[in-house]
Amino acid sequence: MKIHEYQAKDILRGFGINTPRGIACFSIDEAVTAAEQLGGSAWVVKAQIHAGGRGKGGGVKLAKSLDEVKQFAAKILGMTLVTHQTGPQGQVVRRLLIEQGVDIAKELYIGLVVDRSSRRVCLVASSEGGMDIEEVAAATPEKIHKVFIDPLVGLTVQSAEDVARKIGIEDSAVAETRTLLQDLYQAYDSTDASLLEINPLILTAEGRLVALDAKMNFDDNALFRHPDIAKLRDLDEEDPAEIEASRHDLSYISLDGNIGCLVNGAGLAMATMDIIKLYGGNPANFLDVGGGATAEKVAEAFKLMLRNPNLQAILINIFGGIMKCDVIAEGVVAAAREVKLKVPLVVRLEGTNVDLGKKILAESGLPIISAGNMADAAEKAVTAAASAAESAMGGA
Amino acid sequence: MSILINRDTRVITQGITGKTGQFHTRMCRDYAYGKDCFVAGVNPKKAGEDFEGIPVFATVREAKQATGATVSVIYVPPPFAAAAIDEAVDAELDLVICITEGIPVRDMLRTCYKMQGRETRLIGPNCPGIITPDEIKIGIMPGYIHKKGRIGVVSRSGTLTYEAVAQLMGQGLGQSTCIGIGGDPVNGLKHLDVMKLFNDDDETDAVLMVGEIGGSDEEDCARWVRDNMQKPLVGFIAGLTAPPGRRMGHAGAVISGGKGTAQEKLAVLEECGIKVTRNPAEMGKVLKSVLR
Repeated sequence: MKIHEYQAKDILRGFGINTPRGIACFSIDEAVTAAEQLGGSAWVVKAQIHAGGRGKGGGVKLAKSLDEVKQFAAKILGMTLVTHQTGPQGQVVRRLLIEQGVDIAKELYIGLVVDRSSRRVCLVASSEGGMDIEEVAAATPEKIHKVFIDPLVGLTVQSAEDVARKIGIEDSAVAETRTLLQDLYQAYDSTDASLLEINPLILTAEGRLVALDAKMNFDDNALFRHPDIAKLRDLDEEDPAEIEASRHDLSYISLDGNIGCLVNGAGLAMATMDIIKLYGGNPANFLDVGGGATAEKVAEAFKLMLRNPNLQAILINIFGGIMKCDVIAEGVVAAAREVKLKVPLVVRLEGTNVDLGKKILAESGLPIISAGNMADAAEKAVTAAASAAESAMGGA
Repeated sequence: MSILINRDTRVITQGITGKTGQFHTRMCRDYAYGKDCFVAGVNPKKAGEDFEGIPVFATVREAKQATGATVSVIYVPPPFAAAAIDEAVDAELDLVICITEGIPVRDMLRTCYKMQGRETRLIGPNCPGIITPDEIKIGIMPGYIHKKGRIGVVSRSGTLTYEAVAQLMGQGLGQSTCIGIGGDPVNGLKHLDVMKLFNDDDETDAVLMVGEIGGSDEEDCARWVRDNMQKPLVGFIAGLTAPPGRRMGHAGAVISGGKGTAQEKLAVLEECGIKVTRNPAEMGKVLKSVLR
């Protein structure tokens, strides 16, 4: 789960980490009032969306007067911000963070993430803050420093101080930096974060360390023990179809193609998308109904796909193990009747009770295209989608 | 010999009294020599009782002492599953198979850390389990789709593994052992570990490796294969069409920071001389084509 910058900073302050003084706002008036409350002569107006790259997209502005705060707030609130992380459709800005301006002497980068191969949390630090860290890593890998942290030991004084020196912290500030790094690890570990990124961490003119930006993602599987963090979920930032899917415990991701896929199992679902592409089509979604789906769940999944206006064909690919093919077939038939299906439906069933499942589909009287294997299914779905698209164009 | 398990393996089921544990214990017991293999269950609150004739013990250690079992399978719910693995490791079992999906990564980091230097091997979590066809199945895969043979299968996925097995069967190829190592980012045995076992197994002639986006396990395995593998190997990687930054069902199936893409993995596999297929419908066919 992702949260906004201002929410991440709230959490980090609880762990003793300095951030600029700031106030989250939902309207232009609130933004101006916030700037007045904060005082000073310079404010940063920051778009709050879950994607990164906001500055480049025009979502972060430095205001030198209250008038400018108003002006920038008006411009940014409601804008569709397009960054390298939002995709071309962008994300509408509904929240702002107004922060006091800070003098920057030096910009650093700090990140915490799980390293899968070492099975450790990895602290990534660099003297090159304020830039895209992927680019820094590609261009100057020697400026990226990593510490692999033993989960039962934590970030030790020794390794925290070593890394502080490596990113160019002067001796007088090493102790403070070490404490900050240890606090950040504490914040990461105790909240079950999956990513914590401070870019930039700045050294102010007065020598203070301040988290100028903050990004935190959390492990969905651990949210059950962090109800306070779970509450920070912002549904406005998510795809409505994906929200609906999560309500039914389905794993769904919208894509930009026109062939809907309904599959049991994540690996098989990805492979089904791949084979559609291989046969010249484009998947409209990733949809994994899970290992133990019921007829009702299949019906919900079906409806979810049909919300997509671009949908021109559906491919159902089920390998029944625990999940029986006849149960799936019943769910499919019930859902197809209920929604008065208008697009061609290709079904490939394999596994437990496959013959019974095929019989249910055949006897339903529905125009279901049956496929013998994955390749056959993909080919038929691609052909069906192409002819549906053609006749739609002919009709218009 | 098959790898890791055979008809002589004796198994403890942790979480035997839950709905999932009961269902799959029945299925496993009814498969091949399962009746001899599944000898104990664990539930601290139901010690002394039995599940359809399988005795239930308070702890893994007690179950091991009483029955001589050396392997456990875990169906315990996610908040308690890592502790269940810890218990099996502390009881010095040879192998633990954790089926549970949805364990917090932080729990697995601690569990894997504690497992360092221990003899116990872990398969999973979030996996279908392991099967040596016509002898024993430990996990949730449909047993009947398999048949004894000489192809090893290792995969991060569940149903995609069944698909691969069905394709092998379509080519008339049975399996020595099939292992689902699971779809989580932090797990036990990796492709590489399983590959070494298959390489040393005189009942395995060739291996089908099914990977997916995320991490670098497939690449690590490929580099070892290039220098060490004595047997033909075919690789498939799911997720060529997966968009970056999105978690594709499995917690571990995510392309992050431009790393872990299917293209990248396929390229490394090919560089290492491994035959790959980009067509998930042709895994069985391509495997057959490399048999010596």
